[in-house]
Amino acid sequence: MLSFQHGLNSSESETPLRNLEKPQPVAMSNDSTRLGLRQVSLGHRLWRGRWGLLFVAPFFLLFAVFSIYPILFSIWLSFHEWNGVPGRELAVGFENFRFALRDGLFWESMTNAALIFVLHLPLMLFLSLVLAVLLNQHFLKLQGLWRALIFLPHLTSMVAAGFTFRLILEKDSGFANAALGVLGISPIPWLDDVWWARISVALLLFWAWTGYQMVIFLSALQTIPPELNEAAMMDGANRIQIFWHITIPLLKPVIIFCFTVSVIGTFALYTETTILTGGGPIHATSTPTMEIFANAFLNLKYGYAAALSYIYFLIVVAATLIQLRFTNRGDS
Amino acid sequence: MNPSQSSIRKQNPMQHLVHGAIYVFIIAICIFTMFPFVWMFLSSLKPLSEIFGQGILPTNPSLDNFKRLFLETPALAALIRSFIIALTFTVFSVFFCALGGYGFAKFHFPGKSAMFAVMLGTMTIPFAVTLVPLFVMMRNVFHWIDTPWPLIVPGLANAFGIFFMRQYMVSVSDEMLDAARIDGASELQIFLRLVLPTTTPALASLGIIFFMGSWNNFLFPTIILRDPSNATLPVLIASLQGSAGRTPYDLIMAASVVSTIPMLIVFVLLQRYFYAGITAGSVKG
Repeated sequence: MLSFQHGLNSSESETPLRNLEKPQPVAMSNDSTRLGLRQVSLGHRLWRGRWGLLFVAPFFLLFAVFSIYPILFSIWLSFHEWNGVPGRELAVGFENFRFALRDGLFWESMTNAALIFVLHLPLMLFLSLVLAVLLNQHFLKLQGLWRALIFLPHLTSMVAAGFTFRLILEKDSGFANAALGVLGISPIPWLDDVWWARISVALLLFWAWTGYQMVIFLSALQTIPPELNEAAMMDGANRIQIFWHITIPLLKPVIIFCFTVSVIGTFALYTETTILTGGGPIHATSTPTMEIFANAFLNLKYGYAAALSYIYFLIVVAATLIQLRFTNRGDS
Repeated sequence: MNPSQSSIRKQNPMQHLVHGAIYVFIIAICIFTMFPFVWMFLSSLKPLSEIFGQGILPTNPSLDNFKRLFLETPALAALIRSFIIALTFTVFSVFFCALGGYGFAKFHFPGKSAMFAVMLGTMTIPFAVTLVPLFVMMRNVFHWIDTPWPLIVPGLANAFGIFFMRQYMVSVSDEMLDAARIDGASELQIFLRLVLPTTTPALASLGIIFFMGSWNNFLFPTIILRDPSNATLPVLIASLQGSAGRTPYDLIMAASVVSTIPMLIVFVLLQRYFYAGITAGSVKG
């Protein structure tokens, strides 16, 4: 009863105000600043916006504590040397960054991530596009089944998948080499060779993410009106021409989305490489996140790890921006 | 109309061939994606010596590995713990994201666009950046090491979830909300009794993404859960390999099957929401 009463009051005071002011918010704020009523109007606006603020508040409180504060704390940490014992923080200026520039292992991990990216993304993007187009054909039966079977790897724990791949790719007794042996191909050192180890990681990523990209492309394809393809067919275009000249340009925003997600995801790799290769052999598959992890939690160099995380973040942001600029230029 | 129709008819045998080739291609891809699952499952039924052998099918399929997994390792506790953490995290984070998404979608308040911009900006920041500070907070401030709280509380402030829910909440009809206000419903009542029920599909989609993320999470739990008796399932699986000797793939494969099956069940039951959640993120991109 009480809450009902309260609700009645609030709705009476709220509804007319909202309806009145919605169309002309700019005029309102101009008026109030001119009259020097700014402070009053801010209080007023806060009061009027109290429900919105209340709804957003729980999230924003948590967000400030567990997202914004750690991000700022990380910047502060990157200018300090610290082993995690409270009170032992030592300001070192840019020393961490200077050291990072000469840190061979860190830069190697950045290169590894770039190589693993190049090894899996082009093929994966192409294959997932082709699969999406094929699954979108009307003649195909059991579309839902195929889509589900190709998508399933995406929801598997990468710990479970990583161990399974390790077992399959084992050099002496794994299934992969046994199967290749039947075809007369000599055993491949999947996890024991610098390049093959990178290919193995790329293979695991390819397995886990092709279905994800395919599902995204498929849903984008379903928004393309079929008349477009029919018109092109009338003009004498064949299916491959339609794929290159109509489908791909129309899907460009989604392709860029998948590309960007993959760049960020590949540099953030941790679980896959930790389980499958342990970052080896000789650091060939260690990733930036693994290096940051090792510096923080094995070497107890928290400040240095924070500095590395920012260098890594800025490089990935720069790469993403360059890539976006590059792909947008192709448009005009 | 006529010529094009007849040309399609003429291509029929050719078309059959192309369609057949497409089926073969798709089935080949499906064999590739399914093979690791099959291998995981088959290996979990084999004794260790046979796992390293050359045979494909187990000669004497047995659930022995599973029996040993649950008797000799704290796998059952880890399974229950993983489930409780994932469920708690999912319920609370979906609720907070719905609350925040609704606030951003349907209300005007000072600082709204700035808040939203900051939130979107942080979405691009990789987890590695907050990894160290979060761990320090959990250990030195909250004293939450070896407790489930770090795997639930920090994740509740999920920028992606807010963004996701806002997209859906925008399409909730204003007339309906205003009608409820005129009928005397309070803002909280409107949210709980009107907005939440009408956005159930979005809540389900987001919930599934959160559940999957929490269930499979590995990096942060390995740092937080130091004691093996507090492990979640992925942490337990990783810890089974030990430091010396042969990797106990018999136990690891059994544990992998145990960790995969719940997600498969969720997927089979709620496939539609899975796809909706996965694709929603790309719409704006």
